[in-house]
Amino acid sequence: MSIFVDENTKVVYQGLTGSQGRYYGLLNREYGTQVVAGTNPKKAGTDIDGIPVYASVGDAVEATGATASCIFIPAPGVQGAVLEAAEAGIEFIVAITEGVPAHDEAWFYNKLCRDYPGTQLLGPNCPGIISPGQCNIGITAGHIAKPGGPVGIVSRSGTLTYQALYELQQKDIGVTTCVGIGGDPVPGTSFIDCLAAFEDDPETKAVMMIGEIGGSAEEEAADFIKSNMSKPVSSYIAGVTAPPGKKMGHAGAIVSGGQGTAQAKMDALRAAGVRVGLNPTEAGDLMAEIVAEL
Amino acid sequence: MDLFEYQGKQFFASYGMPVSEGALAMTVEEAVGAAERLGTPVMVKAQVHTGGRGKAGGVKFAATVDDVRTHAQNILGLDIRGHVVKRLWIEVASDISEEYYASFTLDRSAKMHLGMLSAEGGVEIETVAEQNPEAISKVWIDPVEGLTEGAAREWVAGANLNPDANEGTVDVLQKLYIAYVEGDADLCEINPLILTPDKRVHVLDAKVTLDGNSTFRHPDYAEFEETQERDEREEAAYAAGLQYVGLEGSVGVIANGAGLAMSTVDVINQVGGRPANFLDIGGGANADVMAGAMTVINNDPNVKSIFINIFGGITRGEEVANGIIEAMARVDIDSPIVVRLDGTNAVEGRTLLKPHLSDKLMMADTMLEAARVSVELAQ
Repeated sequence: MSIFVDENTKVVYQGLTGSQGRYYGLLNREYGTQVVAGTNPKKAGTDIDGIPVYASVGDAVEATGATASCIFIPAPGVQGAVLEAAEAGIEFIVAITEGVPAHDEAWFYNKLCRDYPGTQLLGPNCPGIISPGQCNIGITAGHIAKPGGPVGIVSRSGTLTYQALYELQQKDIGVTTCVGIGGDPVPGTSFIDCLAAFEDDPETKAVMMIGEIGGSAEEEAADFIKSNMSKPVSSYIAGVTAPPGKKMGHAGAIVSGGQGTAQAKMDALRAAGVRVGLNPTEAGDLMAEIVAEL
Repeated sequence: MDLFEYQGKQFFASYGMPVSEGALAMTVEEAVGAAERLGTPVMVKAQVHTGGRGKAGGVKFAATVDDVRTHAQNILGLDIRGHVVKRLWIEVASDISEEYYASFTLDRSAKMHLGMLSAEGGVEIETVAEQNPEAISKVWIDPVEGLTEGAAREWVAGANLNPDANEGTVDVLQKLYIAYVEGDADLCEINPLILTPDKRVHVLDAKVTLDGNSTFRHPDYAEFEETQERDEREEAAYAAGLQYVGLEGSVGVIANGAGLAMSTVDVINQVGGRPANFLDIGGGANADVMAGAMTVINNDPNVKSIFINIFGGITRGEEVANGIIEAMARVDIDSPIVVRLDGTNAVEGRTLLKPHLSDKLMMADTMLEAARVSVELAQ
């Protein structure tokens, strides 16, 4: 079992004809993902290594029955791409693109909530989602994830998502699904969405959560864990030693005043019963302890 | 991307908000000239990307042109919380009856825009929020809906301003919201928004942060990019298109992704070292980007070793390896380099690096090991 995507998920790639879209679309197909279509209004009727290209997501859905999409469109076009996928009835949209303006993200997040409640967005600025052995949508290197479970992973940082998968693989621990929610100001899918889905997934027995400084998503997740989760959680928060007031690379990672510090997040998580490591390796070790106790 | 007060005011004025007439001055003589043109009294205001200017002596009232000269001499070059004053804004002084606070920002928890208005302006809003939270009137705005006039009125009514200020404030806030949205701002703040004795509502300060991701639809923001305050190292990194933050230590850091870069900084600290910087080469970084990053780090005299920490997703291992090899051929890198490479095409990358390994270029299997080695080398 897995959350959000599995071996039956049919995916249309918006931007399959671009260099990144093509590279990762084909890599995802090679992994076993059902990459059923691409879109490009100017290249409808052509194909990318056998994957048919349609003019719109609507056409692709009609022809292939795709229920998920993966967006590799450059940042200026992401708002339109998300809306196009939602209008076509796509249930799960994965937006990989980085550099999307925060106002666009806030707009389409609320637009989906309001007009397309059946559509869930992951990202933007995220590595995507992988249910190892079944489906890999996005830019995660599939070979670093061991299939099977019992651990679910949710992470706010792209590269730390890979690091988490890798730490578990080194310890021969399998993963049901690994979700990279991205570090942008308005992520389509939150920690809580993923924690709730993992709590409901019978195959997932424990969850590893990777956060970072800035915002209050980790504190909100801690509240959720405390009151709604029976499964054990291990965690790591990046930016423990980041100086306050410095913006570390992207919108998600900024500390101002006492808010959003790693310490505040770690305290909240520990108070919710989460085992918190000081680096990704330590969080992996803690997860190994949890798995051994299962 | 932070704007100076004068840039923020020009931005607000372009949306029809009432701001004071003023002029930018880079020297004492320019300040004096500006005051002569504008007519005294004026305010002499330090332009820096930080708060607390008033307390630091960076904002002064000048009744005469001679006062302007004295204040300009004192304020130019002043260090305010680590920011050295290079520009002054000379502005026609205003009479003030009351001072308010107004702002729009994104509430990341609510995933909506948040407007805040308070009758207790002129002080830091964090202090008001802490000591008297009821004094802040808040409105959450669904970006799809926008700020309706009705919602703006209700919000302003909740702030208990002087009734004479209500109409003018509703007008300014609606314009401020449009500026915030159309301008792709992370923050638009007016503190203080004032009521004058003749009952006008007027913008007396402007704090604006723009979203750097939105420049594709705001080509004019290039001028604001030019005036960002950066130290020498940050300037070089900016020119190379890198996400760089200068720190105080001796281990240079290059990583891909903000999370991994922060984690690298954490791990260096945890094994007893001190990072010299945070540098995120981003996703899909190619050989040129890697070479640029290594050059920037190499130019930092504090750096004694370099830790390159790459976990490939969109970044491919062989491109990283080529970048390192190319940079070492192009520039004489002074410090020893420790590379940790995993993820997409890591095997290809490591194979490329192998023939180049020496006491100047090492590989480590794990992040922790690489951190330990680079910290040892820096000591």
